[in-house]
Amino acid sequence: MSKSMLTIDGLYLTIQNKALLKGIGMDIWEGHIHAIIGPNGAGKSTLVSTIMGLPGYKPEQGKILFLGEDITDMPIYERAKRGLTLAWQEPARFEGLLVEKFILAGAANKSRKRAEEVLKMVGLEADKYLNRAVDKTLSGGERKRIELASIIAMEPKLILLDEPDSGIDIDALEKIFSLLKNLKQEGITIVVITHSLAVLNQADHAFLMCCGKVLDKGNVERIAAYFQNKCIPCTHGKVVDISNEPTLQN
Amino acid sequence: MTETNLAMEMLKSLGINIEHLLVDNVAKIQIHQNKVIGLHLVPGLKVEADELSDGVEAQIIIEKGAKFEKPIHICFGVLPESGLQLIKLHINAQENSNSMILAHCTFPNAKQVKHIMEADIKIDANARYAYFERHVHGPDGGVNVLPHAKIYVGEGAEFSTEFELIKGSAGNINFQYEVNAEARSKTEMNARISGTKNDHIQLHEEAHLVGEYSAGVITSHIALKHNAEAIVENTLVAEGPYSRGHVDCKEIVVGNSQAKAIPIVLVKHPTAHVTHEAAIGSVDIKQLVTLMAHGLTEEQSTDLIIEGLLSKKQNWQTLIEEIR
Repeated sequence: MSKSMLTIDGLYLTIQNKALLKGIGMDIWEGHIHAIIGPNGAGKSTLVSTIMGLPGYKPEQGKILFLGEDITDMPIYERAKRGLTLAWQEPARFEGLLVEKFILAGAANKSRKRAEEVLKMVGLEADKYLNRAVDKTLSGGERKRIELASIIAMEPKLILLDEPDSGIDIDALEKIFSLLKNLKQEGITIVVITHSLAVLNQADHAFLMCCGKVLDKGNVERIAAYFQNKCIPCTHGKVVDISNEPTLQN
Repeated sequence: MTETNLAMEMLKSLGINIEHLLVDNVAKIQIHQNKVIGLHLVPGLKVEADELSDGVEAQIIIEKGAKFEKPIHICFGVLPESGLQLIKLHINAQENSNSMILAHCTFPNAKQVKHIMEADIKIDANARYAYFERHVHGPDGGVNVLPHAKIYVGEGAEFSTEFELIKGSAGNINFQYEVNAEARSKTEMNARISGTKNDHIQLHEEAHLVGEYSAGVITSHIALKHNAEAIVENTLVAEGPYSRGHVDCKEIVVGNSQAKAIPIVLVKHPTAHVTHEAAIGSVDIKQLVTLMAHGLTEEQSTDLIIEGLLSKKQNWQTLIEEIR
């Protein structure tokens, strides 16, 4: 039976006097794929930034437990060393830093062969990329896939994926779906933020966020109604109209 | 110590595999303080060297049409803790020649060493001349480095130079290169320097794109830690019709270090075009947290970002081709 790998309990975060997370509670189950959906400004990226412990995302209340250990005040790299990591929606570029070195920087196995393997897993040819720099000469999709490759090389226990589909073409998206399945088969837990029904359908469980709160959670079919109705009842009984949501994709 | 042993000591201090430098088809000039301790020429290369009281004056001629299988290796060094080394170089790369010089300057034990280079370099029409200079300094920074050069790049000629000082403590550097570039020539000047402790770095690279369709790129990447200081004044003047240029200065400051950049771009012809970018600051926070999310500490992440910034460009001609 699966157990909770990550537990978020009563998480509150305020930045510049604006309450962004309002008592978030969540259990992330080991070996499962979880999707977090919701309109822009719902707090999805804020939540994963807080889980990862990025600078400026220190909650004023609540706890984050990873494998039973309280990591709420832990530095980013300590969280990463314990097996928690984040793949960014728009990953940073590094002038002069070669792809091979970048991938192997946090890798469990620091051999060139491993770098080749993980590039292949994200659909990139090693001989074309290993000696390139992780800089602005890479397209958005290439950079994103290299980020994913570097994350896989870490052999993490839980991956937070912030919109893995944005900027990715259809062929590459199929690769990413297949990759998600493979990672799951290897027992890796995944939390994916998405605006895409296609990505949501890859998940085992889903959370619907709005206005800094989790409005609904459960099976994907029910949460997917968000995409069909373009609006949902919020916890205050009002209707949040998301029909003009610019990034909504079916 | 014999001159041969001294030369070997100098080469060993570079921390590289020196076997490929010892073969017969590699031209070599080795100068320790004011003595020429090794000289091996190959066809197409002429060298006349005079020992001065405090250094060496050398005339280097790369003959018309000469092409070399391997880079010419020059090694300058002062192995004792103190000393003055004045190098006066007169270099002429003659028409249609194609040469690359790999120069190592080694001061591994320096506490009070002064290395001055005064060079005039003339690159004749359609010649290609590349000069890569790598410095190896000791940990104490007790070295004053003053490389000053005036370079003439003839019509259709190509000049590229790279100055690298990323190992050891830089000490005091006052680097001044000035280029005059004729029609359809290409000039690329790169400097990559790491400053630590109380290092003081002054960098002034200047190029005048005089001829039509001449192109020039000046790039300097500097990383500073502790109390190191750097002032970068790069100047690009485009006066030839359709001349193209770009100045790029990036500096990372960590700790109490300080950096100042003054890029000057001057266009004197309506068809000329010059761009510049300068970025100075602490390590980019997104880069930092990306690497920390891979399990690297803040210090490890910073070092890796700096290593990338100071890494050798893979293709010297890339930027030149981009701006043309």
